Amino acid sequence: MTVPQDKSEHKGVWVFLEARRGRLRDVSRQLLGVARGLAAQRGSDVSGVLPGWNAESFAREAIEYGADRVYLVEDPRLETYTSRPFTKVMATLIGRHKPEIMLFGATKNGRDLGGRLHAVIETGLAADCVKLEIDEDGNLDMIRPSFGGKSLAHILCKQHRPQMASARPNVFPIPPRQPGRKGDIVRETVEITDVDIDAKIVRFEEHRGHKGSPIEDARIVVSGGFGLRDPKNFRLLEELAKELGGAVAASRKAVDAGWVPKDYQVGQTGRTVRPKLYVAVGISGAVQHLAGMQESEKILAINLDHKAPMFEVCDYGIVGDLFRVVPELTRQIRERKAVATVPQVAR
Amino acid sequence: MASKGPRSVVCIKQVPKAQELQVDPVTKTLKRVGVPSEINPPDRNALEMALRVKDKHGGDVVVVTMGPPVFTQALEEALAMGCDRAVLLTDRILGGSDTVPTALALSETIHKIGGYDLLFCGEETTDASTGHVGPGIAGHLDCAQISYCSELEYRGKTVVGKRTVEDGFEWWECPTPCMVTVNFLANRPRPQSLTGRIRVKRGGLITTWSCADVGINPNKVGIKNSPTIVAKVDTVELPDRKAKIFRGDPKKAVAQLLDALAADGVLAR
Repeated sequence: MTVPQDKSEHKGVWVFLEARRGRLRDVSRQLLGVARGLAAQRGSDVSGVLPGWNAESFAREAIEYGADRVYLVEDPRLETYTSRPFTKVMATLIGRHKPEIMLFGATKNGRDLGGRLHAVIETGLAADCVKLEIDEDGNLDMIRPSFGGKSLAHILCKQHRPQMASARPNVFPIPPRQPGRKGDIVRETVEITDVDIDAKIVRFEEHRGHKGSPIEDARIVVSGGFGLRDPKNFRLLEELAKELGGAVAASRKAVDAGWVPKDYQVGQTGRTVRPKLYVAVGISGAVQHLAGMQESEKILAINLDHKAPMFEVCDYGIVGDLFRVVPELTRQIRERKAVATVPQVAR
Repeated sequence: MASKGPRSVVCIKQVPKAQELQVDPVTKTLKRVGVPSEINPPDRNALEMALRVKDKHGGDVVVVTMGPPVFTQALEEALAMGCDRAVLLTDRILGGSDTVPTALALSETIHKIGGYDLLFCGEETTDASTGHVGPGIAGHLDCAQISYCSELEYRGKTVVGKRTVEDGFEWWECPTPCMVTVNFLANRPRPQSLTGRIRVKRGGLITTWSCADVGINPNKVGIKNSPTIVAKVDTVELPDRKAKIFRGDPKKAVAQLLDALAADGVLAR
C-alpha cells in the first residue's frame, strides 16, 4: 500500500509534535532543527503534526522553531496521548498529504505511536536514530547505534513512503527560536469517535523533583547502580560529586527502582554522556548502560565484584566495598584539596 | 485445557547473550552462530507478568516465537517457567524480516491461536532495540495496547497497566484483548521449575508452524518484503583502555587511585 508508484508524489519533512507542561518537548524542537536541514537538501519544506486540544500555542511555537506549517487536529479526546486515536490521526494525515519523511522523538509515546503506525500503514521505521542525513540517492540515511552501541547501522527505506524514523532525545541541538516567524496553521479534520478511544488514563503520578538533568554537560559524572542498595545511599555519591565538581547520575536499575528520577539515567534508554571522568559506583556494566557512557574520556569503576563487566571497559578500578571506598575517596580528595592546590579536572 | 481465566499469549525472542554481542568483522552483522543465546531479557519479565495473571486468575499462557528451530531452547525454558504450551513459527522465507513483516507474521500466528485476552511482549529486544514489534502486532490485530508497562491488573473485561513515561507513571485502563509491552526489570522472573522441566521432557507441548500452516502471505514477509534494509554498519572506534585496578585496604587503594589520576592528568594534583 505504501510502496508508491511514483515516489516523487511524496514531499516534505514532517515532525510529530509532542507537548508537555505547557510547551513543546525538547525533542520536538530538536527535530524541527533536523527537519529544516533535511528539507533544505530535499528542496522541500517542514510540517509539524499536532494532535491535541487547545494546542494552537504549541503550533505557533513550532513555527518559531522552524516549521513552515503545522497540521493541527483538535479534539478533547486528543488532549493526552493514547495509542489508537493518535495512530488514526497520523495514518489519515499521512494518507492525505503524503510526506516523504516522518520524524518522531524516541520518547515512550513516540515509540508507542511509531510502532503501531508503521505496521498499520506498512512502511519502514528506524528507532532511536542519532544521525539523520540524505544519501546520494536522495533517501533518508537513518543512522542508529546497534549491538549495544558497538556500531552504527545505516538504515534505508528505499521503496516505501514515508521514510519514518524516531530520534534519540538530546542528541540534536535545539535550533534558535525566531520570534514572529511566519507559518501556516492548517486545521485538519479527522473523525474521532468513541470506538477510537480504547485507553483511559485513570491516574498519573509525577516524578518528584523533575528539573532537567545537568549530567550531559557535566565534566565529571558520578553514577550509581543497584549496588547502592537504598535510595538514601545516593547521598554518598552526592558528596563525592560535590568534591569533584560533578553531577550525579544512575543506571537504569536504580531509576526503575524509583530511587532517582529518570533524568539521571545513563544508558541506551537514558542519556548519553561523554564526560572527562565517569565514575561508575556499584554498576555492573550491562551493554545497555555502556552504550550511554563508553565514550567518556576516562572511566573509573568501583565495585565489590571483580568480575563486573565494568572492569573490562574502565581505565581505573577499585575492587572493594563501595560503602567504604566512596566515603574514603571523598575524604581523601577533600584532604588533598586542603593541603595542596585544588584538585580539578585537567583542562 | 483452558480454565475460565484469561488466555495470554507471550511473544519472545532468543537473542545472543548481552556480553556476547559481537559484530562479525566480515559480514558486519550480528554474530548469531556459535554465540551463547538466551531469552531476550525483557521477554522474561513479560513471561513473568503473564504467569502472575495466571497464578491469580487461572487461564492459560501460550508462548510464541518466530525464528529458526534453535529458538526451541527459549520456548522450552518458558514452558519450564510455567507456560502451558508453545508455538514455534519457523520458515526460511521469514529470514531477514524487519519489524513490519515480523509484527505481521506474529499477529497472524496469534490470530490462529485465537481466543486471546492478553498479549505480552518485552518492551524491546537487546539485539535490535526497536520496541516496534509489540505495538505493531497490536496495530495489525486492531486491539488496545499498553507499552512500557511495569505492573498489570487484570479485571476481566479490562486491564489497568502502570506505564512508565519520561516524567512519571500513567495508569491506562484498556479493554481486552490488549497488548502489553513489559519493562525490563519490571519484576523478578521465576526460575524454571522441576515439574516444568519434566513436562518439557515429556514433549508434545511445542507446535511448529510454517507460514503456510498459519496462512501468512509469503509476499508480505522476509527480507524482500521488509521496508528497511541495513545498508552498512560502521564500527564505533572505542578507546583501548588499559585498566589500572586497585584492591585491598580502601584507604591505600584510594590513595593509589588518586595518585594515578593525578599522574595521568585526569585530576590535577
